[in-house]
Amino acid sequence: MTVQIQPQEEAVGFDFSNYARNQFLGQHMNGLPKATSTGTTIVGLKFGGGDSGEEEGVCLGADTRATAGDIVADKNCEKIHYLTPMIRCCGAGTAADTEFVTNLISSNLELHALSQGRPVRVVTAMTMLKQYLFRYQGHVGAHLVLGGVDSTGSHLFTIHAHGSTDKLPYVTMGSGSLAAMAVFESAYKPYLKREEAVALVARAIRAGIFNDLGSGSNVDVSIITKAGCETLRNYEMPNERGVKSRNYKFRRGTTAWVKENIRSLIVKEDVKITSGAGKEQPGIEPHPVPVGAGPGGEEGMDVDS
Amino acid sequence: MTLLAQSPMSLHDTYAAPVEHRFNPYSENGGTILAIAGADFSVIAGDTRQSEGYSIQTRYARKVFQLTDNAVLATNGFAADGKNFVRRLKQSLEWYQHNHHKQMGLKAIARLIQTMLYGRRFFPYYVYNILGGIEEDGSGAVYSFDPVGSYEREACRAAGAAQALVQPFLDNQIYFKNQQPEPGAEPFVPGRLPLSTVLGLVVDSFTSATERHIEVGDGIEIFIVMAKGRSPESLLDEKLGEGMTIEEVPPVGEGGEERTFLLSGPLKRD
Repeated sequence: MTVQIQPQEEAVGFDFSNYARNQFLGQHMNGLPKATSTGTTIVGLKFGGGDSGEEEGVCLGADTRATAGDIVADKNCEKIHYLTPMIRCCGAGTAADTEFVTNLISSNLELHALSQGRPVRVVTAMTMLKQYLFRYQGHVGAHLVLGGVDSTGSHLFTIHAHGSTDKLPYVTMGSGSLAAMAVFESAYKPYLKREEAVALVARAIRAGIFNDLGSGSNVDVSIITKAGCETLRNYEMPNERGVKSRNYKFRRGTTAWVKENIRSLIVKEDVKITSGAGKEQPGIEPHPVPVGAGPGGEEGMDVDS
Repeated sequence: MTLLAQSPMSLHDTYAAPVEHRFNPYSENGGTILAIAGADFSVIAGDTRQSEGYSIQTRYARKVFQLTDNAVLATNGFAADGKNFVRRLKQSLEWYQHNHHKQMGLKAIARLIQTMLYGRRFFPYYVYNILGGIEEDGSGAVYSFDPVGSYEREACRAAGAAQALVQPFLDNQIYFKNQQPEPGAEPFVPGRLPLSTVLGLVVDSFTSATERHIEVGDGIEIFIVMAKGRSPESLLDEKLGEGMTIEEVPPVGEGGEERTFLLSGPLKRD
Protein backbone atom coordinates (compact mmCIF):
# COMPACT_ATOMS: atom_id res chain seq x y z
CA MET A 1 0.00 0.00 0.00
CA THR A 2 1.29 3.37 -0.94
CA VAL A 3 1.07 6.30 1.42
CA GLN A 4 -0.42 9.41 -0.08
CA ILE A 5 1.53 12.41 1.10
CA GLN A 6 -0.76 15.41 1.32
CA PRO A 7 0.90 18.69 0.38
CA GLN A 8 1.32 20.39 3.79
CA GLU A 9 -0.23 23.79 4.16
CA GLU A 10 2.54 26.32 4.60
CA ALA A 11 2.92 27.39 8.25
CA VAL A 12 2.82 31.16 8.04
CA GLY A 13 1.99 33.82 10.64
CA PHE A 14 0.61 33.24 14.13
CA ASP A 15 -0.11 29.82 15.59
CA PHE A 16 -3.65 29.70 17.04
CA SER A 17 -3.53 26.01 18.03
CA ASN A 18 -3.43 26.84 21.76
CA TYR A 19 -6.34 29.30 21.60
CA ALA A 20 -9.06 26.93 22.85
CA ARG A 21 -6.80 25.56 25.56
CA ASN A 22 -5.91 29.07 26.78
CA GLN A 23 -9.56 30.17 26.87
CA PHE A 24 -10.33 27.05 28.90
CA LEU A 25 -7.47 27.71 31.32
CA GLY A 26 -8.53 31.35 31.56
CA GLN A 27 -11.95 30.30 32.86
CA HIS A 28 -10.32 28.26 35.60
CA MET A 29 -7.82 30.92 36.68
CA ASN A 30 -8.22 34.63 37.33
CA GLY A 31 -8.46 35.35 33.60
CA LEU A 32 -5.70 35.17 31.03
CA PRO A 33 -2.29 36.78 31.69
CA LYS A 34 -2.17 40.46 30.81
CA ALA A 35 0.22 41.78 28.18
CA THR A 36 2.28 44.89 28.87
CA SER A 37 0.42 47.75 27.34
CA THR A 38 1.87 51.12 26.55
CA GLY A 39 -0.99 53.15 28.06
CA THR A 40 0.28 56.02 26.09
CA THR A 41 0.20 59.51 24.71
CA ILE A 42 1.54 59.74 21.14
CA VAL A 43 1.08 62.69 18.78
CA GLY A 44 2.04 63.94 15.33
CA LEU A 45 1.96 67.38 13.76
CA LYS A 46 2.66 68.74 10.27
CA PHE A 47 4.52 72.04 10.13
CA GLY A 48 6.34 74.38 7.75
CA GLY A 49 5.39 75.28 4.17
CA GLY A 50 2.92 78.03 3.26
CA ASP A 51 3.85 81.44 4.62
CA SER A 52 5.99 80.08 7.47
CA GLY A 53 9.08 80.51 5.29
CA GLU A 54 10.39 77.17 6.50
CA GLU A 55 10.74 73.77 4.95
CA GLU A 56 7.73 71.54 5.55
CA GLY A 57 8.00 68.46 7.73
CA VAL A 58 6.40 66.39 10.46
CA CYS A 59 7.03 66.35 14.18
CA LEU A 60 6.23 63.25 16.24
CA GLY A 61 6.07 63.00 20.02
CA ALA A 62 5.62 60.30 22.68
CA ASP A 63 5.69 59.83 26.44
CA THR A 64 7.91 57.08 27.92
CA ARG A 65 5.71 55.16 30.40
CA ALA A 66 4.83 51.49 29.84
CA THR A 67 2.22 49.93 32.13
CA ALA A 68 1.00 46.46 33.07
CA GLY A 69 -2.43 47.09 34.57
CA ASP A 70 -1.97 49.84 37.17
CA ILE A 71 1.74 49.13 37.68
CA VAL A 72 4.43 51.08 35.83
CA ALA A 73 6.45 48.43 33.95
CA ASP A 74 9.00 50.77 32.30
CA LYS A 75 9.63 54.39 33.29
CA ASN A 76 11.66 55.31 30.23
CA CYS A 77 10.71 53.18 27.22
CA GLU A 78 10.99 54.23 23.56
CA LYS A 79 7.75 54.57 21.65
CA ILE A 80 9.03 56.32 18.51
CA HIS A 81 10.07 53.45 16.24
CA TYR A 82 12.34 53.58 13.21
CA LEU A 83 10.83 52.49 9.88
CA THR A 84 13.17 54.01 7.26
CA PRO A 85 15.71 56.86 7.41
CA MET A 86 12.91 59.33 6.62
CA ILE A 87 9.89 57.61 8.21
CA ARG A 88 9.15 57.14 11.94
CA CYS A 89 6.21 55.50 13.68
CA CYS A 90 4.87 56.06 17.21
CA GLY A 91 3.20 53.05 18.81
CA ALA A 92 0.43 52.72 21.39
CA GLY A 93 -1.41 49.62 22.56
CA THR A 94 0.21 46.25 23.25
CA ALA A 95 3.96 46.91 23.62
CA ALA A 96 5.09 43.70 21.91
CA ASP A 97 2.74 44.23 18.96
CA THR A 98 3.92 47.80 18.28
CA GLU A 99 7.54 46.63 18.53
CA PHE A 100 7.16 43.63 16.22
CA VAL A 101 4.85 45.21 13.67
CA THR A 102 7.16 48.20 13.18
CA ASN A 103 10.24 45.96 13.01
CA LEU A 104 8.63 43.70 10.41
CA ILE A 105 7.37 46.56 8.26
CA SER A 106 10.75 48.30 8.60
CA SER A 107 12.47 45.20 7.16
CA ASN A 108 9.96 44.89 4.34
CA LEU A 109 10.31 48.59 3.51
CA GLU A 110 14.09 48.19 3.29
CA LEU A 111 13.67 45.24 0.89
CA HIS A 112 11.14 47.26 -1.08
CA ALA A 113 13.53 50.20 -1.34
CA LEU A 114 16.30 47.88 -2.52
CA SER A 115 14.13 46.18 -5.15
CA GLN A 116 12.78 49.48 -6.47
CA GLY A 117 16.08 51.30 -6.24
CA ARG A 118 14.60 54.39 -4.57
CA PRO A 119 13.46 55.51 -1.09
CA VAL A 120 10.01 54.26 -0.12
CA ARG A 121 7.06 56.61 0.30
CA VAL A 122 5.13 57.15 3.52
CA VAL A 123 1.91 55.87 1.87
CA THR A 124 3.70 52.60 1.15
CA ALA A 125 4.54 52.17 4.83
CA MET A 126 0.97 53.12 5.72
CA THR A 127 -0.50 50.61 3.25
CA MET A 128 1.76 47.78 4.41
CA LEU A 129 0.90 48.47 8.07
CA LYS A 130 -2.86 48.70 7.54
CA GLN A 131 -2.97 45.56 5.36
CA TYR A 132 -1.00 43.61 7.96
CA LEU A 133 -3.18 44.87 10.83
CA PHE A 134 -6.44 44.25 8.93
CA ARG A 135 -5.36 40.66 8.28
CA TYR A 136 -5.28 40.08 12.05
CA GLN A 137 -8.69 41.69 12.66
CA GLY A 138 -7.51 43.86 15.55
CA HIS A 139 -5.81 41.00 17.42
CA VAL A 140 -2.45 42.65 16.76
CA GLY A 141 -3.03 45.53 19.17
CA ALA A 142 -0.96 48.23 17.51
CA HIS A 143 -2.32 51.78 17.34
CA LEU A 144 0.11 53.89 15.37
CA VAL A 145 0.99 57.44 14.40
CA LEU A 146 3.02 57.35 11.19
CA GLY A 147 4.98 60.31 9.85
CA GLY A 148 7.70 60.99 7.35
CA VAL A 149 8.97 62.83 4.32
CA ASP A 150 9.33 61.39 0.79
CA SER A 151 9.56 62.54 -2.84
CA THR A 152 5.93 63.71 -2.71
CA GLY A 153 6.25 65.81 0.46
CA SER A 154 5.57 65.33 4.15
CA HIS A 155 2.84 63.00 5.38
CA LEU A 156 1.12 62.15 8.63
CA PHE A 157 -1.26 59.24 9.33
CA THR A 158 -2.91 57.39 12.18
CA ILE A 159 -3.43 53.64 11.85
CA HIS A 160 -5.84 51.80 14.15
CA ALA A 161 -5.42 48.18 15.22
CA HIS A 162 -8.27 47.04 12.95
CA GLY A 163 -6.61 48.59 9.90
CA SER A 164 -8.41 51.89 9.39
CA THR A 165 -6.30 54.97 8.64
CA ASP A 166 -6.66 58.75 8.77
CA LYS A 167 -4.62 61.42 7.00
CA LEU A 168 -4.68 64.62 9.05
CA PRO A 169 -2.50 67.67 9.77
CA TYR A 170 -2.40 66.93 13.52
CA VAL A 171 -3.14 63.63 15.26
CA THR A 172 -3.05 62.01 18.71
CA MET A 173 -3.45 58.41 19.88
CA GLY A 174 -3.35 56.25 22.99
CA SER A 175 -5.03 56.65 26.39
CA GLY A 176 -3.75 60.25 26.60
CA SER A 177 -5.08 61.15 23.14
CA LEU A 178 -7.90 63.31 24.51
CA ALA A 179 -5.60 65.33 26.76
CA ALA A 180 -3.15 65.84 23.90
CA MET A 181 -5.85 66.63 21.34
CA ALA A 182 -7.29 69.26 23.69
CA VAL A 183 -3.95 71.06 23.40
CA PHE A 184 -3.82 70.68 19.60
CA GLU A 185 -7.41 71.86 19.17
CA SER A 186 -6.71 74.97 21.21
CA ALA A 187 -3.31 75.91 19.76
CA TYR A 188 -2.83 74.32 16.33
CA LYS A 189 -2.60 76.52 13.29
CA PRO A 190 -1.33 75.68 9.80
CA TYR A 191 2.22 76.55 8.71
CA LEU A 192 3.83 76.53 12.16
CA LYS A 193 7.56 77.12 12.37
CA ARG A 194 9.72 74.17 13.32
CA GLU A 195 10.47 75.56 16.80
CA GLU A 196 6.77 76.24 17.42
CA ALA A 197 5.82 72.75 16.23
CA VAL A 198 8.31 71.06 18.60
CA ALA A 199 7.07 73.21 21.49
CA LEU A 200 3.42 72.39 20.71
CA VAL A 201 4.12 68.67 20.42
CA ALA A 202 5.98 68.70 23.74
CA ARG A 203 3.08 70.58 25.34
CA ALA A 204 0.57 68.02 24.00
CA ILE A 205 2.66 65.13 25.36
CA ARG A 206 2.99 66.93 28.71
CA ALA A 207 -0.80 67.22 28.84
CA GLY A 208 -0.95 63.45 28.47
CA ILE A 209 1.82 62.82 31.00
CA PHE A 210 0.18 64.91 33.73
CA ASN A 211 -3.52 64.31 33.05
CA ASP A 212 -3.64 60.69 31.89
CA LEU A 213 -2.64 58.02 34.42
CA GLY A 214 -1.58 55.66 31.59
CA SER A 215 1.07 58.14 30.44
CA GLY A 216 4.03 59.53 32.33
CA SER A 217 7.76 60.22 32.75
CA ASN A 218 9.54 61.93 29.83
CA VAL A 219 8.89 63.52 26.43
CA ASP A 220 10.48 62.03 23.28
CA VAL A 221 10.36 64.06 20.04
CA SER A 222 11.27 63.30 16.42
CA ILE A 223 11.42 65.95 13.68
CA ILE A 224 11.51 64.85 10.05
CA THR A 225 12.16 67.29 7.20
CA LYS A 226 13.61 66.87 3.69
CA ALA A 227 17.01 67.54 5.28
CA GLY A 228 16.70 64.42 7.45
CA CYS A 229 15.36 63.07 10.71
CA GLU A 230 16.33 64.43 14.09
CA THR A 231 15.36 62.35 17.14
CA LEU A 232 15.37 64.13 20.49
CA ARG A 233 15.30 61.32 23.05
CA ASN A 234 14.15 62.58 26.47
CA TYR A 235 13.64 66.08 25.07
CA GLU A 236 12.00 67.01 28.37
CA MET A 237 12.37 65.23 31.71
CA PRO A 238 9.78 66.80 34.02
CA ASN A 239 9.45 63.80 36.34
CA GLU A 240 12.82 62.96 37.84
CA ARG A 241 12.75 61.15 41.15
CA GLY A 242 14.03 63.02 44.19
CA VAL A 243 16.50 61.60 46.69
CA LYS A 244 15.24 59.03 49.18
CA SER A 245 15.21 60.24 52.77
CA ARG A 246 16.71 57.03 54.17
CA ASN A 247 19.50 54.71 53.18
CA TYR A 248 18.53 51.08 52.56
CA LYS A 249 21.91 49.36 52.59
CA PHE A 250 21.70 46.10 54.50
CA ARG A 251 24.27 44.99 57.05
CA ARG A 252 26.47 42.09 55.94
CA GLY A 253 24.96 38.89 57.34
CA THR A 254 21.34 40.13 57.10
CA THR A 255 20.21 37.18 54.96
CA ALA A 256 19.61 33.91 56.82
CA TRP A 257 20.98 30.68 55.41
CA VAL A 258 20.05 27.05 55.98
CA LYS A 259 23.31 25.34 55.15
CA GLU A 260 26.90 26.38 54.70
CA ASN A 261 29.18 24.40 52.43
CA ILE A 262 32.64 25.62 51.59
CA ARG A 263 34.46 23.80 48.83
CA SER A 264 37.93 24.38 47.54
CA LEU A 265 37.89 25.02 43.83
CA ILE A 266 41.65 24.62 43.59
CA VAL A 267 42.66 21.12 42.38
CA LYS A 268 46.12 20.09 43.57
CA GLU A 269 48.22 17.47 41.80
CA ASP A 270 51.83 16.45 42.22
CA VAL A 271 53.60 16.19 38.91
CA LYS A 272 56.85 14.25 38.63
CA ILE A 273 59.09 15.46 35.89
CA THR A 274 60.47 12.71 33.67
CA SER A 275 62.06 12.91 30.30
CA GLY A 276 60.32 9.78 29.04
CA ALA A 277 57.82 7.15 30.10
CA GLY A 278 59.33 5.24 33.02
CA LYS A 279 62.87 6.18 32.03
CA GLU A 280 65.34 6.03 34.86
CA GLN A 281 66.82 9.27 35.89
CA PRO A 282 69.25 10.13 38.63
CA GLY A 283 67.41 11.01 41.85
CA ILE A 284 63.90 10.15 40.57
CA GLU A 285 62.04 6.97 41.42
CA PRO A 286 60.40 5.55 38.30
CA HIS A 287 56.67 4.86 38.77
CA PRO A 288 55.85 1.28 37.88
CA VAL A 289 52.80 0.84 35.64
CA PRO A 290 50.92 -2.44 36.37
CA VAL A 291 50.70 -4.80 33.43
CA GLY A 292 47.25 -5.08 31.89
CA ALA A 293 45.88 -2.05 33.76
CA GLY A 294 43.34 0.24 32.17
CA PRO A 295 40.47 -0.42 29.75
CA GLY A 296 40.66 -3.74 27.96
CA GLY A 297 43.39 -4.95 30.27
CA GLU A 298 43.29 -8.18 32.19
CA GLU A 299 42.70 -6.67 35.62
CA GLY A 300 40.71 -3.63 34.60
CA MET A 301 37.73 -5.22 32.90
CA ASP A 302 35.64 -8.38 32.63
CA VAL A 303 35.70 -9.71 29.13
CA ASP A 304 32.87 -11.93 27.89
CA SER A 305 34.11 -15.36 26.98
CA MET B 1 -12.47 15.57 29.77
CA THR B 2 -14.30 18.83 30.08
CA LEU B 3 -12.67 20.37 27.06
CA LEU B 4 -14.22 17.77 24.76
CA ALA B 5 -17.60 17.88 26.46
CA GLN B 6 -18.08 21.47 25.32
CA SER B 7 -18.91 22.19 21.73
CA PRO B 8 -15.95 23.92 20.08
CA MET B 9 -18.18 26.78 18.96
CA SER B 10 -19.09 27.81 22.51
CA LEU B 11 -15.43 28.48 23.26
CA HIS B 12 -15.34 31.17 20.61
CA ASP B 13 -18.86 32.52 20.98
CA THR B 14 -18.71 35.62 23.18
CA TYR B 15 -22.48 36.10 23.21
CA ALA B 16 -23.45 32.60 24.30
CA ALA B 17 -24.57 33.61 27.80
CA PRO B 18 -27.27 36.25 28.40
CA VAL B 19 -25.75 39.57 29.45
CA GLU B 20 -27.15 41.09 32.63
CA HIS B 21 -27.21 44.88 32.87
CA ARG B 22 -27.29 46.37 36.36
CA PHE B 23 -26.42 49.65 38.02
CA ASN B 24 -23.15 49.41 39.92
CA PRO B 25 -23.26 51.78 42.89
CA TYR B 26 -19.55 51.43 43.66
CA SER B 27 -16.44 52.94 42.18
CA GLU B 28 -12.73 52.64 43.02
CA ASN B 29 -10.87 55.91 43.47
CA GLY B 30 -7.26 54.80 43.87
CA GLY B 31 -4.76 56.25 46.30
CA THR B 32 -2.95 54.68 49.20
CA ILE B 33 -2.92 55.11 53.00
CA LEU B 34 -0.62 53.87 55.72
CA ALA B 35 -0.14 54.15 59.47
CA ILE B 36 2.71 53.31 61.84
CA ALA B 37 2.60 53.24 65.65
CA GLY B 38 5.48 54.36 67.85
CA ALA B 39 6.00 54.07 71.62
CA ASP B 40 4.43 57.48 72.36
CA PHE B 41 3.26 58.65 68.93
CA SER B 42 1.30 57.48 65.92
CA VAL B 43 1.75 58.44 62.27
CA ILE B 44 -1.17 58.24 59.82
CA ALA B 45 -0.57 59.17 56.19
CA GLY B 46 -2.25 59.21 52.77
CA ASP B 47 -1.70 60.60 49.29
CA THR B 48 -4.12 63.23 47.96
CA ARG B 49 -4.89 61.99 44.44
CA GLN B 50 -8.41 60.87 43.64
CA SER B 51 -8.83 59.03 40.34
CA GLU B 52 -11.25 56.92 38.35
CA GLY B 53 -9.91 54.73 35.56
CA TYR B 54 -7.14 56.66 33.78
CA SER B 55 -8.51 60.08 34.81
CA ILE B 56 -7.60 62.24 37.80
CA GLN B 57 -10.76 63.59 39.46
CA THR B 58 -8.80 65.88 41.77
CA ARG B 59 -5.18 66.28 42.81
CA TYR B 60 -6.24 67.24 46.33
CA ALA B 61 -8.83 65.12 48.10
CA ARG B 62 -8.40 64.40 51.79
CA LYS B 63 -8.15 60.79 52.84
CA VAL B 64 -6.90 61.35 56.42
CA PHE B 65 -9.14 63.00 59.02
CA GLN B 66 -8.69 64.11 62.60
CA LEU B 67 -11.49 62.57 64.71
CA THR B 68 -10.60 63.52 68.28
CA ASP B 69 -7.55 64.91 70.10
CA ASN B 70 -6.05 61.42 70.12
CA ALA B 71 -7.47 59.73 67.02
CA VAL B 72 -6.93 60.14 63.27
CA LEU B 73 -8.67 58.03 60.62
CA ALA B 74 -7.45 57.26 57.11
CA THR B 75 -9.97 56.00 54.53
CA ASN B 76 -9.34 54.43 51.15
CA GLY B 77 -11.40 52.79 48.42
CA PHE B 78 -14.66 54.34 47.20
CA ALA B 79 -14.24 58.05 48.00
CA ALA B 80 -17.96 58.85 48.32
CA ASP B 81 -18.45 56.06 50.86
CA GLY B 82 -15.31 57.14 52.71
CA LYS B 83 -16.51 60.72 52.97
CA ASN B 84 -19.96 59.68 54.18
CA PHE B 85 -18.56 57.18 56.65
CA VAL B 86 -16.28 59.79 58.23
CA ARG B 87 -19.19 62.27 58.40
CA ARG B 88 -21.40 59.81 60.29
CA LEU B 89 -18.55 58.67 62.52
CA LYS B 90 -17.74 62.26 63.50
CA GLN B 91 -21.38 62.87 64.31
CA SER B 92 -21.47 59.77 66.46
CA LEU B 93 -18.35 60.97 68.31
CA GLU B 94 -19.93 64.38 68.85
CA TRP B 95 -23.02 62.82 70.42
CA TYR B 96 -20.76 60.78 72.66
CA GLN B 97 -19.03 63.94 73.83
CA HIS B 98 -22.35 65.64 74.57
CA ASN B 99 -23.61 62.61 76.49
CA HIS B 100 -20.48 61.80 78.47
CA HIS B 101 -18.60 65.15 78.64
CA LYS B 102 -15.43 63.55 77.40
CA GLN B 103 -13.94 62.37 74.13
CA MET B 104 -14.20 58.74 73.14
CA GLY B 105 -11.07 56.68 73.67
CA LEU B 106 -9.19 55.16 70.75
CA LYS B 107 -10.12 51.59 71.64
CA ALA B 108 -13.80 52.53 71.82
CA ILE B 109 -13.62 54.36 68.47
CA ALA B 110 -12.17 51.21 66.92
CA ARG B 111 -15.11 49.17 68.24
CA LEU B 112 -17.57 51.85 67.08
CA ILE B 113 -16.11 51.68 63.58
CA GLN B 114 -16.56 47.92 63.62
CA THR B 115 -20.25 48.13 64.55
CA MET B 116 -20.86 50.88 61.99
CA LEU B 117 -19.20 48.87 59.22
CA TYR B 118 -20.89 45.60 60.12
CA GLY B 119 -24.23 47.42 60.26
CA ARG B 120 -23.94 47.65 56.51
CA ARG B 121 -22.94 43.98 56.09
CA PHE B 122 -25.09 43.46 53.00
CA PHE B 123 -24.53 46.86 51.37
CA PRO B 124 -21.07 47.71 52.70
CA TYR B 125 -19.19 50.96 52.75
CA TYR B 126 -16.60 50.09 50.09
CA VAL B 127 -13.81 51.52 52.25
CA TYR B 128 -10.63 50.27 53.91
CA ASN B 129 -10.06 52.17 57.17
CA ILE B 130 -6.90 52.61 59.21
CA LEU B 131 -7.27 54.26 62.60
CA GLY B 132 -4.23 55.67 64.35
CA GLY B 133 -3.75 57.55 67.60
CA ILE B 134 -2.88 57.38 71.25
CA GLU B 135 -4.35 54.73 73.53
CA GLU B 136 -5.56 55.62 77.07
CA ASP B 137 -2.30 54.20 78.49
CA GLY B 138 -0.35 56.72 76.38
CA SER B 139 0.98 54.25 73.82
CA GLY B 140 0.80 54.78 70.05
CA ALA B 141 -1.65 52.47 68.29
CA VAL B 142 -2.85 51.51 64.83
CA TYR B 143 -6.10 49.68 64.09
CA SER B 144 -6.85 48.39 60.60
CA PHE B 145 -10.28 47.38 59.27
CA ASP B 146 -11.75 45.56 56.30
CA PRO B 147 -14.91 46.98 54.64
CA VAL B 148 -17.31 44.93 56.82
CA GLY B 149 -15.72 45.55 60.20
CA SER B 150 -13.11 42.91 60.91
CA TYR B 151 -10.32 44.71 62.77
CA GLU B 152 -7.02 44.25 64.54
CA ARG B 153 -4.50 46.34 66.47
CA GLU B 154 -1.10 46.39 64.75
CA ALA B 155 2.21 48.27 64.73
CA CYS B 156 1.85 49.22 61.07
CA ARG B 157 -0.48 48.80 58.10
CA ALA B 158 -0.75 49.95 54.48
CA ALA B 159 -3.96 49.85 52.44
CA GLY B 160 -5.26 50.91 49.06
CA ALA B 161 -3.99 50.80 45.50
CA ALA B 162 -0.31 50.37 46.39
CA GLN B 163 -0.81 48.11 49.41
CA ALA B 164 0.95 45.28 47.60
CA LEU B 165 3.96 47.54 47.06
CA VAL B 166 4.14 49.22 50.47
CA GLN B 167 3.18 46.50 52.98
CA PRO B 168 6.14 44.19 52.18
CA PHE B 169 8.46 47.18 52.54
CA LEU B 170 6.93 47.97 55.95
CA ASP B 171 7.14 44.33 57.04
CA ASN B 172 10.85 44.45 56.26
CA GLN B 173 11.61 47.86 57.74
CA ILE B 174 9.21 47.95 60.74
CA TYR B 175 8.96 44.27 61.71
CA PHE B 176 12.47 43.48 60.34
CA LYS B 177 11.07 40.51 58.44
CA ASN B 178 13.66 38.53 56.48
CA GLN B 179 16.45 40.29 58.37
CA GLN B 180 18.75 38.40 60.72
CA PRO B 181 19.39 40.36 63.92
CA GLU B 182 22.90 41.55 64.58
CA PRO B 183 24.77 39.12 66.88
CA GLY B 184 24.23 40.18 70.48
CA ALA B 185 21.39 42.57 69.60
CA GLU B 186 18.55 43.21 72.04
CA PRO B 187 15.32 41.25 71.44
CA PHE B 188 13.02 42.97 68.93
CA VAL B 189 9.81 44.70 70.09
CA PRO B 190 7.51 46.02 67.31
CA GLY B 191 6.33 49.64 67.42
CA ARG B 192 9.36 51.12 69.16
CA LEU B 193 11.11 52.94 66.29
CA PRO B 194 12.00 56.64 66.72
CA LEU B 195 9.79 59.24 65.03
CA SER B 196 12.52 60.44 62.63
CA THR B 197 12.96 56.88 61.30
CA VAL B 198 9.22 56.38 60.93
CA LEU B 199 8.73 59.67 59.06
CA GLY B 200 11.57 58.78 56.69
CA LEU B 201 9.98 55.40 55.98
CA VAL B 202 6.56 56.97 55.39
CA VAL B 203 7.91 59.56 52.93
CA ASP B 204 9.97 56.94 51.08
CA SER B 205 6.95 54.59 50.93
CA PHE B 206 4.93 57.24 49.16
CA THR B 207 7.64 58.50 46.78
CA SER B 208 8.34 54.88 45.78
CA ALA B 209 4.66 53.98 45.38
CA THR B 210 4.31 57.10 43.19
CA GLU B 211 7.15 55.84 40.97
CA ARG B 212 5.57 52.47 40.27
CA HIS B 213 1.81 52.88 40.75
CA ILE B 214 -0.17 55.04 38.36
CA GLU B 215 -2.92 55.88 40.89
CA VAL B 216 -0.58 57.26 43.58
CA GLY B 217 0.79 60.80 43.50
CA ASP B 218 0.12 64.57 43.59
CA GLY B 219 0.50 65.14 47.33
CA ILE B 220 1.10 63.56 50.71
CA GLU B 221 -0.48 64.34 54.09
CA ILE B 222 1.08 62.88 57.24
CA PHE B 223 -0.73 63.28 60.57
CA ILE B 224 1.40 62.82 63.68
CA VAL B 225 -0.37 62.32 67.01
CA MET B 226 1.88 62.73 70.06
CA ALA B 227 1.21 61.42 73.54
CA LYS B 228 0.92 64.03 76.26
CA GLY B 229 4.35 63.59 77.82
CA ARG B 230 6.18 63.91 74.54
CA SER B 231 7.92 67.09 73.48
CA PRO B 232 7.03 68.23 69.96
CA GLU B 233 10.43 69.94 69.71
CA SER B 234 11.88 66.71 68.34
CA LEU B 235 9.45 67.02 65.43
CA LEU B 236 10.30 70.61 64.61
CA ASP B 237 13.97 69.66 64.45
CA GLU B 238 13.19 67.12 61.70
CA LYS B 239 14.97 67.68 58.44
CA LEU B 240 11.88 67.96 56.26
CA GLY B 241 11.84 66.81 52.64
CA GLU B 242 11.72 69.25 49.75
CA GLY B 243 8.59 71.41 49.78
CA MET B 244 7.34 69.85 53.02
CA THR B 245 5.47 72.03 55.49
CA ILE B 246 4.40 71.33 59.05
CA GLU B 247 1.58 72.81 61.09
CA GLU B 248 -0.14 71.98 64.35
CA VAL B 249 -3.73 70.84 63.98
CA PRO B 250 -5.94 72.59 66.56
CA PRO B 251 -7.49 70.23 69.14
CA VAL B 252 -11.09 69.10 68.72
CA GLY B 253 -11.86 69.18 72.43
CA GLU B 254 -10.32 70.99 75.39
CA GLY B 255 -6.77 70.31 74.20
CA GLY B 256 -3.63 70.46 76.27
CA GLU B 257 -2.91 66.74 76.36
CA GLU B 258 -2.19 64.91 73.09
CA ARG B 259 -1.07 67.13 70.21
CA THR B 260 -1.63 66.52 66.50
CA PHE B 261 0.61 67.81 63.72
CA LEU B 262 0.11 67.76 59.96
CA LEU B 263 3.13 67.30 57.74
CA SER B 264 2.27 67.82 54.06
CA GLY B 265 4.25 67.95 50.86
CA PRO B 266 4.19 67.39 47.11
CA LEU B 267 4.48 64.12 45.21
CA LYS B 268 5.09 63.61 41.49
CA ARG B 269 2.09 64.55 39.35
CA ASP B 270 2.51 62.22 36.34
